[in-house]
Amino acid sequence: MDFLIMNEGFPLLSTIVFLPLAGALVLLLLPGENVQRIWAMAVTSVNAVISLPLYSRFDATTAKYQFGEHVSWIPSLNINYTLGIDGISLLLVLLTTLIMPLCVLGSWTYIKTRIKEFMICLLIMETAMLGVFMALDFVLFYILWEAMLIPMYLLIGVWGGPRKIYASIKFFLYTLAGSVMLLVAIIALYLKNGSFSIPMMMGQDYSSTFQIWVFLAFFLAFAIKVPMFPFHTWLPAAHVEAPTAGSVILASILLKMGTYGFLRFCLPITPLATLTLGPYVLWMSVVAILYGGFTALAQSDMKKLIAYSSVGHMGFVTLGIFFLNKQGLEGAILQMINHGVTTGALFLCVGMMYERTHSREIADHSGIAQNLPIFVSFLTIFSLSSLAFPATNSFVGEFLVLAGAFSGNKIVAGAAIPGAILAAAYMMRLLQHVLFRGPGRPDLADLNVREIVTLAPLLCFVFWIGLAPEPFLSVMHTSVEYLIQQVDIAKTAQIALNIVP
Amino acid sequence: MLFAPELLMLIGSLVLFCLSLGQRKGNLAKYASLVLGIASCILSLATLQMSGNLFYDAYHVDMFSQLFKLAISIGLVIVLLFSGDLKGVDDNLRPEYFLFMILSTLGLMMLVSSVELLSLFIALELSSYSLYLMVPMRDDHGGIKMQMEAAIKYILFGVVATGTMLYGMSFIFGMTGTTYFSELVPRMHELATTPTAMLAIALFMSGFFYKLAVFPFHFWVPDVYQGASNATTAFIASVPKLGAVAILIRVTTLVAPTGGEAVVNMLMILAVCSMFYGNLSALVQKDIKRMLGFSGISHAGFVLLGLLTLKDTGYATSMYYIAGYVFMNLACFLVICKVSKNGENVSIDDMSGLYKRAPLLALTLLVGMMALAGIPPFVGFMGKFMLLTGALRDGHLALVILAALNTAIAIYYYLSVVRVAFCSPPEERPDVPVDLATRCVSIALIAVIIFMGVAPKQLLAVAETAVRNIF
Repeated sequence: MDFLIMNEGFPLLSTIVFLPLAGALVLLLLPGENVQRIWAMAVTSVNAVISLPLYSRFDATTAKYQFGEHVSWIPSLNINYTLGIDGISLLLVLLTTLIMPLCVLGSWTYIKTRIKEFMICLLIMETAMLGVFMALDFVLFYILWEAMLIPMYLLIGVWGGPRKIYASIKFFLYTLAGSVMLLVAIIALYLKNGSFSIPMMMGQDYSSTFQIWVFLAFFLAFAIKVPMFPFHTWLPAAHVEAPTAGSVILASILLKMGTYGFLRFCLPITPLATLTLGPYVLWMSVVAILYGGFTALAQSDMKKLIAYSSVGHMGFVTLGIFFLNKQGLEGAILQMINHGVTTGALFLCVGMMYERTHSREIADHSGIAQNLPIFVSFLTIFSLSSLAFPATNSFVGEFLVLAGAFSGNKIVAGAAIPGAILAAAYMMRLLQHVLFRGPGRPDLADLNVREIVTLAPLLCFVFWIGLAPEPFLSVMHTSVEYLIQQVDIAKTAQIALNIVP
Repeated sequence: MLFAPELLMLIGSLVLFCLSLGQRKGNLAKYASLVLGIASCILSLATLQMSGNLFYDAYHVDMFSQLFKLAISIGLVIVLLFSGDLKGVDDNLRPEYFLFMILSTLGLMMLVSSVELLSLFIALELSSYSLYLMVPMRDDHGGIKMQMEAAIKYILFGVVATGTMLYGMSFIFGMTGTTYFSELVPRMHELATTPTAMLAIALFMSGFFYKLAVFPFHFWVPDVYQGASNATTAFIASVPKLGAVAILIRVTTLVAPTGGEAVVNMLMILAVCSMFYGNLSALVQKDIKRMLGFSGISHAGFVLLGLLTLKDTGYATSMYYIAGYVFMNLACFLVICKVSKNGENVSIDDMSGLYKRAPLLALTLLVGMMALAGIPPFVGFMGKFMLLTGALRDGHLALVILAALNTAIAIYYYLSVVRVAFCSPPEERPDVPVDLATRCVSIALIAVIIFMGVAPKQLLAVAETAVRNIF
């Protein structure tokens, strides 16, 4: 267990994971819609606050997993309840805990029926999502990974838009179909190692054929979740039909699980396969960037536009990951956080407008800058952040990714550049229509205090990461270096194998 | 004391027989059977640690048999609790109905303890014949005599399967000259690789494949599920499968550990065929009971995954899986019985808007269906996961991949039921009244399904100890 720094005293990670679940159970008994809303808000906020010590007590000088907890679960199969976080998962955990109160706040009036059930789904989602980022045991990971499907299915299927049935089923089937082979791969890895512990599976000497098969099984599951280009079709449907909170969770957190999977499993467990197949993934990422950009340019529905822009943004993340150099990986991780902040905020903005106009068409919102100055200011800043404008968060992330890309392969990097221009084009098109075209909507009220409070924290992060990214980057340096080292060892071993006859 | 649970059931069935002589004693019979069920749960639990032989060693009581008896009794109690009002059965027939239910349970309880071929056969027939009689005891909906068709199919297939099984037994007796398992096992191990032994075991198993509804002995399933009343189907779909798995485990030990290759191959082919046949057919069903019937066929295929490892761990996993299956299945049937107003069949569309009409039932349905589909954290996932791990450990990679693919196929039809229940409007379908007993059973089932899925440690340990000491 030398990979894990055990947590002494208070089990912080378990508390953060299970507090929302406990809150959901209590919520079952609470009467009154406002009480239920406030309770959900309280639980998620408390969780956000108690997760802050994770950052302050985090030791950025070691690549080991910290705050570790280890309890035997099913000894006959060597399955353990193991939690721990490193520099890669720390920021994702914090993103999750911080975005959840905003989801509750954003659905305060948006959800009008069955508030209790809605909040219970949100809280169960939070438990499962946090658990996925913290799990260091593959069975625990898989259970939480799959357990997310049911509450998310209900969020879309019960509280969703007109085509919710189609969207929710597509989401469920795609994700599940992708992860059944993941299960087989997990079992195959277990039989090689005799343990389900994720860190113990890393850096083992598997044959390259075995690695390729395991990599492909991993890749299918994670590429669907990201989603990468040919597997992306569930995303626009799910995003468009989901209620605001559902879209925010999908965009900010669920999509990150795919790229987190690449970082946590593909690279360290199957490094040889990553080196062999990585170039293909790079080209898939380029296709995703361009495809997402062009499709977003053609949308008239705001949610669809943002959904397709997600495909492009996540393409940048996978691009950064599979160049396997430090800038690329750090840029990718930072870009995961950025996308969570920015796209989450954009979905919240669209949701706020949808509550007022019951429409997501760009044409129905033309010229509202005259009537809703506060809203439009927020929208403009988040849109600029989405197109990676300097001084906003995405600029830092995208810059790092492209810097990594150019030091890796100039042709691939060059091919991805039009994606950045496309992002500017579709976001500017959205802004132009919303700001300047058309007669305006004098019947609409501007944002109220609750809505401003919902968006303001995200705005802070946009500028904070954009102007001073060091606090965010510093925690991941060691872990990323260790990750690259793990891949490099495999690379050297392979070269040695090829030289020695 | 060793025979206490069965003795109680035997006395109980006599009491019920007396009740059935009078007029309109339906309610009394119901409570009598309920008390019997609960008492037999307690007695099975009390005798869990005991072991011994009875009736000239033809009857063996040990942890393995008592565990199954406990599961069977629990299954019986749950069925009685949620479908005791017997909406689909005529008032005058109710005492007889309960009588046969108890007799069938008695047969199953004796089955899991039988370690001699003839007593095994008698126990099996006792349980089967009671079931054959329960199927036609349903009100005639629409005069099409669906229940009669179902009963005829059930008995004809049953008799053929029994005949095949007897044929297999005759081979076994011919080869070994004994009907006692304790003497059979060592002799069969010597002969295990001979073609005759393989044939004998395959034929012998077919009787239980029929009970478990394994392809190609599944033909009765859809029609009987559809034709029998909801309560009967709930019973047939769950409790007898426990007995079948118990005996299949015993029979499989006849070939393990030496040379079971042919049997393993046979089980493998049957498992794959059952999974694909069951899942693909379930995709197009409209009647929810038929759908669950086909899903049962595919689950039977999954259970075989544990048996074909020929290892104690595999058997224990199969036990765990089938016990979990009984609970998941009963959760679904509970909802069916309640949604069906007068005992008529329920189509998937009848579940529309269930989350508004009866939130607790909708939740039960969600948990039951998702558990059957193998979504964590429910027991269905843990069971499948462990079956797949066991099978892959034995090197059956192709089989495991096919099984995993089946999980992906199956999700579609389970999800379509959940979709209708949660995402469709009720469209003037009335609310479903749910009484207190059903509420408690629902919550208990949900809790058990989650608990078994999250904390399988103890259960597996107990099952493994039980399996290790079968003989």
